[in-house]
Formats: sequence, C-alpha cells, structure tokens
Amino acid sequence: MQRIGVFVCWCGSNIAATVDVAAVAEAMKNEPGVVYTTDYQYMCSEGGQSRIKQAIKDYNLTGIVVCSCSPRMHEATFRKTAVAAGLNPYMVEIANIREHCSWIHKDKEEATEKAVILARTAVAKLMLNAPLTSGTSPVIKRALVIGGGIAGIQTALDIADAGYEVDIVEKRPTIGGRMAQLDKTFPTLDCAACILTPKMVDAASNEKITLYTYSEVESVKGFVGNFSAKIRKKARFVDATKCTGCAVCTEKCPSRKAKNEFNMGLNNRGAIYIPFAQAIPNVATIDPEYCIHAKTGKCGICQKNCSAGAIDFDQKDEIIEREYGAIVMATGFQPIKLDNFEEFGYAQYPDVVTSLEFERLMNAAGPTKGTLLRPSDLSHPKTLVFVQCVGSRCSADAKDGKPYCSKICCMYTAKHAMLVREKYPDTDVHVFYIDVRTPGKNFDEFQRRAVEQYGVDYIKGMVGKVTKKGDKLMVQGSDLLNNEQITIAADMVILATAIEPDPSAKQIASLLTASIDTNNWMTEAHAKLRPVESPTAGVFLSGVCQGPKDVPETVAQASAAASKVIGLLSKDHMVTNPCVAQSNELLCNGCTTCEKVCPYGAIEYKDKPIVGPGVPRGTIRRVAEVNPAICQGCGACTVACPSGAMDLKGFTNRQIMAEVDAICK
Amino acid sequence: MQVNEKKGEFKPTIVAFCCNWCSYAGADLAGTSRLSYPANVKIIRVPCSCRVNPMFILRAFQRGADGVILCGCHPGDCHYSTGNYYARRRMTMLFSMLDYLGIDRKRTRVEWVSAAEGTKFAAVMNDFAQTITELGENVKLGDLRCKE
Repeated sequence: MQRIGVFVCWCGSNIAATVDVAAVAEAMKNEPGVVYTTDYQYMCSEGGQSRIKQAIKDYNLTGIVVCSCSPRMHEATFRKTAVAAGLNPYMVEIANIREHCSWIHKDKEEATEKAVILARTAVAKLMLNAPLTSGTSPVIKRALVIGGGIAGIQTALDIADAGYEVDIVEKRPTIGGRMAQLDKTFPTLDCAACILTPKMVDAASNEKITLYTYSEVESVKGFVGNFSAKIRKKARFVDATKCTGCAVCTEKCPSRKAKNEFNMGLNNRGAIYIPFAQAIPNVATIDPEYCIHAKTGKCGICQKNCSAGAIDFDQKDEIIEREYGAIVMATGFQPIKLDNFEEFGYAQYPDVVTSLEFERLMNAAGPTKGTLLRPSDLSHPKTLVFVQCVGSRCSADAKDGKPYCSKICCMYTAKHAMLVREKYPDTDVHVFYIDVRTPGKNFDEFQRRAVEQYGVDYIKGMVGKVTKKGDKLMVQGSDLLNNEQITIAADMVILATAIEPDPSAKQIASLLTASIDTNNWMTEAHAKLRPVESPTAGVFLSGVCQGPKDVPETVAQASAAASKVIGLLSKDHMVTNPCVAQSNELLCNGCTTCEKVCPYGAIEYKDKPIVGPGVPRGTIRRVAEVNPAICQGCGACTVACPSGAMDLKGFTNRQIMAEVDAICK
Repeated sequence: MQVNEKKGEFKPTIVAFCCNWCSYAGADLAGTSRLSYPANVKIIRVPCSCRVNPMFILRAFQRGADGVILCGCHPGDCHYSTGNYYARRRMTMLFSMLDYLGIDRKRTRVEWVSAAEGTKFAAVMNDFAQTITELGENVKLGDLRCKE
C-alpha cells in the first residue's frame, strides 16, 4: 500500500488567489492512500523543498503529489527533492493547478473544485506508480551545426575550442551567411567583413571543424547523444581539392543570366561563380540551371580556361552519413517578400530597394563598388527616404505582414542614414518611423548621433504611398507630430523590410522533431530559463532561427548554445528516460504488430524460454523485446498490441484508466 | 455529470487527452496567457497522442464523461515522427464504433494544437465545451455498476 503525501503550493498569490489551497489540502486527506497533506507559499523554494523532504522522512511516504505549476516547469525539481529524501524520482506526480486551473479561472469556488479533482487524479495515478530506474546510453562526442552564418561559425568555434569535433553544414557554396553581405555593423561602424572573415578562416583552418558547404541535411534519426544524420553534398561540378579559386572561369563564363544572390539580385553572375572574394571555401561552383554545358553539352569554356583542371562535369551528389551527440540549428533568416506591399512600389520602381539591397549598394565589394548610385539610371541620389517597419508589427490578420518587431531595423536604418550623410554630405535623408526602438549597449546614443550630429530628418508616421513623377519618387506620408500629410520628392526609397526565418528552418525542424512557433521561429525549451535549447533533447538553437537578433546578440546566443552542447558532449553517458515500453512475455503472442508501428526500431523478436502459471516447462516462444536504450516512450506499440501485452512504464494502461476514473467520478 | 444546483445549469464532464510535447504545452501557454476556458475540462497528460487507447475514451464515457477530446501535435510535427498519424487513424475507427454504439460523434474530437497555440487551445476547449453542453448529458454506456 502506498503512503502518499500531498503538497499544495500557493505559488505566492498565483494559485492561492483563485484556489483555496487549504481546502484542497484538506480534501486530499480523505483520499485513499494519502497519509499527509499540507500547503505552503512556494513549494519549489528551499523552504518548500525541505518541508517535502522532512515529511517524506517523518511519515515514511512512498510517493508524493505536488499540486503546483506545470510539470514542464518543476517536475524535475521535485523529482530531485524526492531523490534527496531517499524516494525513487518516479514516485512523484504533479497536479497542474496553476496553468491549467488558477490562471484560467476566475471563480474561486469553481477553481477550487477543479484543483481538488486534478489533485485526486494525480493521487489516483500515483497509487499505481512503481519505482523506475533510468538506464544509460553512450554519448557520441561530435556535434552537427546546421547553418554556416556567424551563429553557426561561433557555435562551431566554441565547441571545437573545448576539444570536440564539429561539422558545419551550409546550403550555400560558402560559409559567412547574412553577415558577409553587410557593409558596416552598428553601433561601432566597423566593417562586417573585417570582423567576420577572420572567423570564417578560423573555422576553415580549425582541425576539429569540418565544413560541408553546398550541402544539406537530408535526414536525421536517433535521439540525444545518438543522432545519425545523412548529409547531401551537392555536386559543384568543380573538384574542390584542385580548384585554386583564381576566378578566371567566373569571368570567362558566357552565361550571364543568373541573378547574383550575394548582391540580392542587383546584378548577374556567371553560371560558374564564387559568391564573393573572401568565400570559404574559395572554390567555384557551377549552377546547373544556367550552365550552357549542363543544358546543351556544348560550351565548356570554364574547362578550357581552368589551368588546375578542376572542372568536372560528371561530378555527382555525395551522401555522407555521420553520427552526432548534439545538433545545433543556426539556420538564420531572410527578408520577407514584398509582393503584397504594393503601396511602396517595390515591384515597379527599381529605385525602391530593401535595406539589404541598400547594404550591397553601399558595400565596397557590391555591384557599384561602394559608390551610392541608384539602380534605375546610376545617378547619385540626392534625397533618400527610409521607411521603417515594412512588414513588421502588422496586425495579426494582415496578409503577409509579420506581427512581431524585426528588432534590427531601427538600428540599421540609423546606420544607413548616418553612412549616407557621412559619405555624401549633400544628401537629404528622411526616415519615417512608428517608434524608434534602440535598447542595447550604446544603441540609443548611436541613433541620437544620427539625428543630432548627422542631421537625419526623423518623421514620426507611416508612408501611405510611393508614386513616380518624372524621375522622382513621390513619397506620401503622414507627419504625426506636426499633424499634417506630407509628400517628399525622393530619388531613392529604402524599405526596412521585416525578417523571417530561412525557409529551410521549417523542414529541418520537422526532421529534428523540434518545434516551431506560428511564425516559424524555433521554440525554446523554456522562453526565459532555457532559451538556447529546443524542447527536443539534444537540439540547440543558435542565432536568428530562434527570433530576430542583431550580431552581438547572435554571437552571445551562439556561444551559449555551444556551452550547452559542450556540457552534453562532456558526458560519457546519458541517463535515459525510464518511461519506456515493456512487453509482458506471458501475454505476447509474437504477432509483430508492435514492431511495425515502432518509429525507432526499438522492438525485436526473440525466442525466449517462458516461465509462468499454466505454461509447460521448457516452453520457448518468439516474443517481443523492447530495447530500453532505443525506445523513446511514445506508446504507439501499447495501443497497437492486440493481446494487451505491451504497456508503457510511467503511463500504464491502469494509470491512465485511474486518471480517467478520477476525473469522471 | 455535475449539475450546478444554484444555477440549475448543466455542466458537462470533459476529459482532454493532451500530448506532452505540443498540446499540453499549448494548454500551459493558454494558462500563462490567462486565456480562460470552462473549468469542467480536465486534462490528462500522455507522452504522445498515439498513447491514447480508444479503450480509454470508451472508459471515460462508461464512467460518465460527456465529452472526450484528444489533442496532439500537428500532422508532420509529431515529436515521435509518426505518433499522431496512428492516433488519427485509430480515432477514425473509433468514430465508426461510436456511431454503432449510438454515441453522438460530436462527443469526441481530435484537434492538433502546437506548443505555440495557446489561443487555439483555449478556443478549441471553449467550442468543444459549448458543443457538449448543447448535446446534454451522455446517457449511453452509463454502466450501472460504476455509479454510486
């Protein structure tokens, strides 16, 4: 017989304001198996935990029910408390009377009644709990980083620094990501390339880091400590070991139709290309979609001009299979498409550009070699209008806008405005803004410098329409502070476009069974306390894939993710979840149904001697056996089993039935 | 079934099975966001929607539940890759059986609620509770042996 203690938490006033905690504790006294009940302000605090420990000793408790917040929050805490008092950690049940009760109900009587039922349900389940022992599984001491931008590079460098092997998988032909496209970085205005490219070189030369560029993760299997991934290394049609990166082929290539992605499509590149001069690896790649040889079998000019003999038109995709202990998502972002923001005329007028395009126009390595020329007629623009929050902070029902603040736009717009005024003091720069958001070290000072020192004209209000009149863009907007409608004749309009997760993130998240939110940002294990871990054990989040961030924040988060990975890889063994399936050999009829539904291949059929009542001596039957190191405890097999032999520890049929009964009582 | 004597209104008993990874977290988010839904919805946490044996649902009806709802991760997003597909098929089979037993199909429901969909969780529960309230008390499967 169980001896159960029930501990009702007030959670300050979070629970106690809507639930009569004393009444819940009192009501639980009458439940079968319960020998002790109490309530306390904060059960999770040192004081609360020591009360639990003391009660376990004083009343010889065999199990405890804690009526508190969600088990996703403090189940682990109370399991540790139980262990410290000599109980098995799986003799703890949580009744969620905060998130599922006190926070959503207003009527105290109703909420108390529900809390009593939830507590009773937990007690009913605990009555059938059995002590469970965790097993162990080895940890593969190698990490996979998906994405080779600044986030992925930083994470990989930190992990490698701790002495572990890391692979970076990058879908583009070079690492560097979005940061490589930037001109200067706020708030110090140092050049992005000067601080990024040394890190790229470090990553490439680090013997612990392997780069798989122009590669994609195709499938991932396994679980924390024991992932196995298939990586598709796409054919570059260039032998990377021979190519010297001289770039002669890229100049000679006669196909000039492909948009240069690195310059945001502002100019074209050859079918054979190196994204930018400092690319790593500095190896050419042939884009088969535009390659004349790939299409017609003729041409081959690159091959004739390659003195290294690196061109290999017969190269095939390569599949690499590797095992990893941890996986880091660092998939980054892209600016949103502006097709549905017709008011700004982005699609019609070439002089309306996004901020990332503007970044390329200002960059010394960009299509205009750093001279600011407007795309339509390559003239020097005199009046520039920046529009902030394009696609950000839209109402939830807006078609293509995003409900969130993209966070980086206020700062980079101030940076752009400042750089333009610095380089070309003869220009007029106007910025339309809703709010200026500059939280961050030296951020507000930076934005004020743009206004006070560089004379940038900040106008509070939104732009309603951009039209063309002659060679000018007429920007109609409202000036809310002066309460008037204004029109500015501009030469260029720059849209601070919202950012969204890279489209690959969604697909990779589902490969990893990691969760994403309604905007496709990766979800954290806990929004505040575990911000760099995914709810899926062994999957970590680095950089913008988790939410909009600037460079310093991205780097900080990347290092944080690395430290979590290092913590995992430094263990030789992982403690496995003991809530796994278990087959009753006496009932199993060897039908193999469970084997077919198991997503992990954890069930094997073995000939085993069966001993039991009514079973003749020496009987050998082919029965299911669950490998507890592989089983993840989903329970698919338990329902599929026609003979009722399969059950899930910690969530047994009897336990769930008891919960159902307690609720319906 | 509980009848609130004071108001004389019918308050159905509703059991909600929620998978640990998506829907239970969605319910937590509804709580954190203070989105209310009727107190007669009681949640049972299961590792995955595929852990829910149709027998559990029949048991709930037998013991006097007026409605049972099963919530899991969206198709394709299951933490265990394929669990919710099994759940979906099993529930489809169960629906035919409920028809056969004469239990209104509207008394059971399958919904996909992600960990980020606190709003959806509350909306689904409000809607389901209203549907069940309109259907009234579930008299089928009321096993006399189980009633006190």
